[in-house]
Order: sequence, then structure tokens, then C-alpha cells
Amino acid sequence: MNAHRAQATDQVHQLSVGGKLLASRVIVGTGKYDTLEQMRASLDASGSSCVTVAVRREKLYDRDGKNLLDYIDLDRFTLLPNTAGCYNAKDAVRVARMGREILRALGNPGADWVKLEVLGDTKTLLPDPLATLEACEKLVQDGFKVLCYTSDCPIMAVRLKSAGAASVMPAGSPIGSGQGILNPNNLKIILEYLKSDDPNYPVIIDAGVGTASDVAQVFELGADGVLLNTAIAHARDPVLMASAVCHAAIAGREAYLAGRIPKRLYAMASSPEEGLITSRPW
Amino acid sequence: MVEFEFNGTPQKAQAATTIRGLLESSRIESRFCAVEVNEQILPKDQYDSYRVQAGDRIEVVTLVGGG
Repeated sequence: MNAHRAQATDQVHQLSVGGKLLASRVIVGTGKYDTLEQMRASLDASGSSCVTVAVRREKLYDRDGKNLLDYIDLDRFTLLPNTAGCYNAKDAVRVARMGREILRALGNPGADWVKLEVLGDTKTLLPDPLATLEACEKLVQDGFKVLCYTSDCPIMAVRLKSAGAASVMPAGSPIGSGQGILNPNNLKIILEYLKSDDPNYPVIIDAGVGTASDVAQVFELGADGVLLNTAIAHARDPVLMASAVCHAAIAGREAYLAGRIPKRLYAMASSPEEGLITSRPW
Repeated sequence: MVEFEFNGTPQKAQAATTIRGLLESSRIESRFCAVEVNEQILPKDQYDSYRVQAGDRIEVVTLVGGG
């Protein structure tokens, strides 16, 4: 690979969001791994430079002395604290502020970032749109860069961008479901609406990814990034799946930039008609 | 003794116990945590000066794996 090609490739695969430039378009979660060692190896294999984390009570008893942060290189990874498990705006704002307090003390660049999730019910884990919008407005006012989980509703996506979200993050399908991209048409509309007068506005597909081809599809649709956790952590071999996701993101983004051919109903030969030595039976 | 709530659990401590003392006795790494007293974040530079009051609701959180 020559120098020009290498540089172009780097730019193609960087993600600009919330005033920062991430080296990879893949954001990965840190939950659900069998061990922290397995998580660390998977984060490494994913090529990601940004990982999500959750804010939870310290355990007062039965502490094994291990902290997640002992297994994440804070010089390499931007931490993106989430508000997972919040079902109203007040709780989400409170949790976001506590995450910021921890990251500020650590000097991590993700300190003013939040992955906002305000959920509607425990069965679907779909977002509560009204509470999400309310929390987004409050957090933006409070100086946060809000990366906002939402459904694949284009109207809601527009409302969240208008409220100041640094990135709108529609779900491909329900969290942890592994169903992939259920409604690519809605995602196309979201991308069109949010980028029509603002082509660099980052849209990140968050949730529902089941395997590497879903990641490739996300990027082929024109999304700027993908956020996933379960597809890697619950794969039979998480480290290998993380590597597959890394490659799929690169492949999908390059395919999007290269431009897919239009679909045709009938075939079109790739070999020339001219010079054929064969005859046809009709 | 003062009675207070610590991460949702009723607790007792010696009068004049500081937040720092509370964290140390619970073997909590203060570098990786945030502390709320009555739903207000307590800045780290006040861990040595704030003394737990009767009826306080104290929450100590850290970062864990999540998506």
C-alpha cells in the first residue's frame, strides 16, 4: 500500500462526532463478556477507539477487587458513558452527570459525552420518545455532547437533531436482539433528512446488530458509525467476531464510497459478445 | 453514631465520619467513583471535609461494562 492510499484509507475510516475524531467508525460496548480479559482482547480486535460503559452502584459487599477501568487503556479509548436502565428524563440526567464526574477525574476525553438512552419498557427496550427528547434538551443545555439512542422513526430523529444531539443513533432492531437492520428504508430516510443540509452530521446505528454482515449493511446504507455490544460479547468466539466487525466496517464504508451498481431484473453478461466461437440454439 | 442510607442500604457510622473514611472502610477505589449526597454530586475535593449527616442518602457509583 503506498503512502497516498494509506492516508486516504485512514480518513475514510475515521469518525467525526461531538467535536472529536475517532480512529474507527465502530463503537463497542463493554458489557456481557465472560471475563474482563476476554473483553479487553475483543476491544483490541474490534479496532475501536471508543467504548461504552454503564454507571452503577459500587458493590458494598463481595467485591472481588477488579474494576472495569483496570482493563481499559484510558489513553487509547474514549469512554462513552451510557444512561442504560433509565426510564425517565430525571434519572437519565442524573446518571449522565455521575458518569461525567467519574470521567472528569480520570481526564478521559469522553467526560462531556453521554450515550443517552431513556427506555419505554423492559420487554422491548425501545426508547420513550418524549422522555428521550426532554432528557436530550436538558443535557445539551448542561454542556453534554449527546449521542442519542432512538428508534428508526425519521420524524423523531429530526426532532433530536434539532434539540442539539451531537449524533442521532437509530436502532437497527431491538437492543440485544441480533435481528440486524429491520427497516433499512427508515434508516435511509433518516440519513437523507439529517444530512440533506448538513452532510457531515454523524448518524450512528445503535443496537440490533447480529453479525458482521449487519455492520457492512449499516455502512453501505451511508451511516457514519455503528455501535454494538451483544453481537461481539455473546458470539461463540468474541475476539474473532470483533475482528470480523472491524473488517466489515471497513468493507461496508468502502463499498458505500465506491457506490453499488443499480439492481437489474435481468442478467448482463460480463464477458464480451464479440469474438464468440459458439453458436446459440435459437 | 449517625444513621444514613448508603447505596440504598441503611447504615450506621461513627459521628464525624467523612466520605473518604466511608469509601476506605468499604474498600472502594475513590479514583473510579462518583459520590452523590442527597442527589447532589459531591466534588472529589470535598471527600475529606464532608461529614456524613443523619438521614443522608449517599450513592457511590462506578463504571461497569455496558452497551
